Amino acid sequence: MGSWRRGLPAVTGHRLFWPVVVLVLLLAANVVYRPSFLAVEVKNGHLYGSLVDIVRLSAPLILVALGMTLVIATGGIDLSVGSVVAVSGAMACLHISRQPDQNNLGGVLVALAMAVGIALLLGIWNGTLVAVIGIQPIIATLILMVAGRGLAQLITSGQIITVNSDPYRMIGVGHVLTLPFAIVLALAVTLLVAVLTRRTALGMIIEAVGGNSEASRLAGIRARRIKLLVYVVSAVCAAVAGFMMTANVSSADGNAAGLWVELDAILAVVIGGTSLAGGRFYLGGTVVGALLIQTLTTSVYAMNIDPQTALLFKAMVVIAVCLIQAPAFRAKFWRRRTSAGSPAAPAGEQRKEQVAA
Amino acid sequence: MGITGNTFTRRGFGAMLAAGLLVTGLGACANSDTGGDAGTGGDDKLVLGFSQVGAESGWRTANTTSVKEAAAEAGIELKFDDAQQKQENQIKAIRNFIQQKVDVIAFSPVVESGWDTVLKEAKDAGIPVILTDRAVDSADKSLYKTFLGSDFVKEGRLAGEWLVEETKSATGPVNIVELQGTTGSAPANDRKKGFGEAIAANPNLKIIASQSGDFTRAGGKAVMEQFLKANPKIDVLFAHNDDMGLGALEAITAAGKVPGKDIKIITVDAVKDGMQALADGKFNFIAECSPLLGPQLMDLAKKVHAGEEVPPRIETEETTFTQQTAKEALPTRKY
Repeated sequence: MGSWRRGLPAVTGHRLFWPVVVLVLLLAANVVYRPSFLAVEVKNGHLYGSLVDIVRLSAPLILVALGMTLVIATGGIDLSVGSVVAVSGAMACLHISRQPDQNNLGGVLVALAMAVGIALLLGIWNGTLVAVIGIQPIIATLILMVAGRGLAQLITSGQIITVNSDPYRMIGVGHVLTLPFAIVLALAVTLLVAVLTRRTALGMIIEAVGGNSEASRLAGIRARRIKLLVYVVSAVCAAVAGFMMTANVSSADGNAAGLWVELDAILAVVIGGTSLAGGRFYLGGTVVGALLIQTLTTSVYAMNIDPQTALLFKAMVVIAVCLIQAPAFRAKFWRRRTSAGSPAAPAGEQRKEQVAA
Repeated sequence: MGITGNTFTRRGFGAMLAAGLLVTGLGACANSDTGGDAGTGGDDKLVLGFSQVGAESGWRTANTTSVKEAAAEAGIELKFDDAQQKQENQIKAIRNFIQQKVDVIAFSPVVESGWDTVLKEAKDAGIPVILTDRAVDSADKSLYKTFLGSDFVKEGRLAGEWLVEETKSATGPVNIVELQGTTGSAPANDRKKGFGEAIAANPNLKIIASQSGDFTRAGGKAVMEQFLKANPKIDVLFAHNDDMGLGALEAITAAGKVPGKDIKIITVDAVKDGMQALADGKFNFIAECSPLLGPQLMDLAKKVHAGEEVPPRIETEETTFTQQTAKEALPTRKY
């Protein structure tokens, strides 16, 4: 009993406890609406079901949010990811659509390489504006957010480019070992980033830059180089997400692809527990955040919530997550609940003071 | 911290200025083709100022091309402006047209409201205004001569009527799912209304689920995936545009069903990819929403310039397509 009591705060106090609770609640609500919601069957040799859809569709958001996590950890923000998604998707589809044989793997790889190349340039552009010229990140990336959409429409000439290429479709709707290829790719990138940041000093260096850029520079860290790096990583992640989104529907829509994904990505990062002020970052939290956002979107469709109220429904869930995640709000809430003449009240008081300090 | 903070702010300020300049620069570029010579003096060519919404879709680009080609053909001098989906750009463009003293102004309003002031200015300058494709909600109907565009309610109704005809021998219930356009947009509201009215003729026809797919392929696909899982028996899909229908196609195929046979698909628009799907037997019916209103617009411009009376509302010439007629029409489609 004693260890259980001590263990409980450790679980409820974990920064991912509440997002996971909300995620489970959402899934439970879906099951109540339609008991077979969680059912996963094998169809044509791969998994099929709403859960699989959620996981597959959250893959691009996970990628974008990963890059965003690193950028936010350095105290920056990248508003241009949605436009980079559109540009890279448009570039890849344009090149593929001009191939005589769209199913030629070589042609597809060249298209991907070209699109990643452009994303690298866009990332360097963002990074240079922020790290070298010293423009505030929100302004610096706003430029590309606006200009990038225009660039994407320029590439597509304002049309939707349809491709008919099996290797390219693979990125969006293909399967490996019955699992959607997109999620395997997203998890592989997540692991790679996790290993690179957590098994080397890189993660700590990024956090140091985000905590105090000047102090980290004085301590011998090349803060500029780190900042440039995270914007490049963010752009490349967005480019791969762009391949997934356009491959999902086998077409590139310069106007709609990746629209507002930057906001979803920022939300995923925040739900995951990373502070917008920079410093410590949590990759696992970001992945949970992205899954939560996609579950929310899919729930609206699966429960057939009226489109007029869907946005309000989403907003209310997000507000609930953010509020119960905030220590200050929880402290207040708990104090009111436990102050009904119980000895726990002083403890609540103490916790609140800690937060205030 | 204080000192570095300060330099940062100053740098930030400079950057903001630079960004501001950049944006104004872009704006200037966008407007440049409306500037320049006033062009009204000398020859007695009719001058038409046209402000387009933007280039947000294939439909819109086809619309622009149609207007430009028709103007050249009719011998009308066209001053074309692209508003890039911003009302302020459009108001600026209309004021430009007034200053240049064009003969007729035509535009596709980005949004429905907020036009009274600028339309009044045009009226005071004695320049007739024609609205194309989208309407405005001004109470004062004398501010514009006429509206030329599609009747979205009729498009929905045509789609519904075809379905009623197609299913008149069906004895059991027919389950319909609907992919709506962007929530609150006129085409989404009106097409939903027209379709609903038409299928009320047969009580067997039931809409069992209806969601917004935002007029995009990705949206149509994501919604259809869930529709298919939640409803074991779907007989008909009605999508408010071709693109959502094309996205839904992928979801239907992935679910192991045959689009066009297991699930009948009805859409609106008739853009090229949609017509191709119809000709391939994956769609079953498309109600056309034609962007090719250029020739009609030029006729109207000449009429209002000559002071002739025109009806307050004119519909674009539109048709419907079945799989058979799509095959015939496809080779000569312009968009």
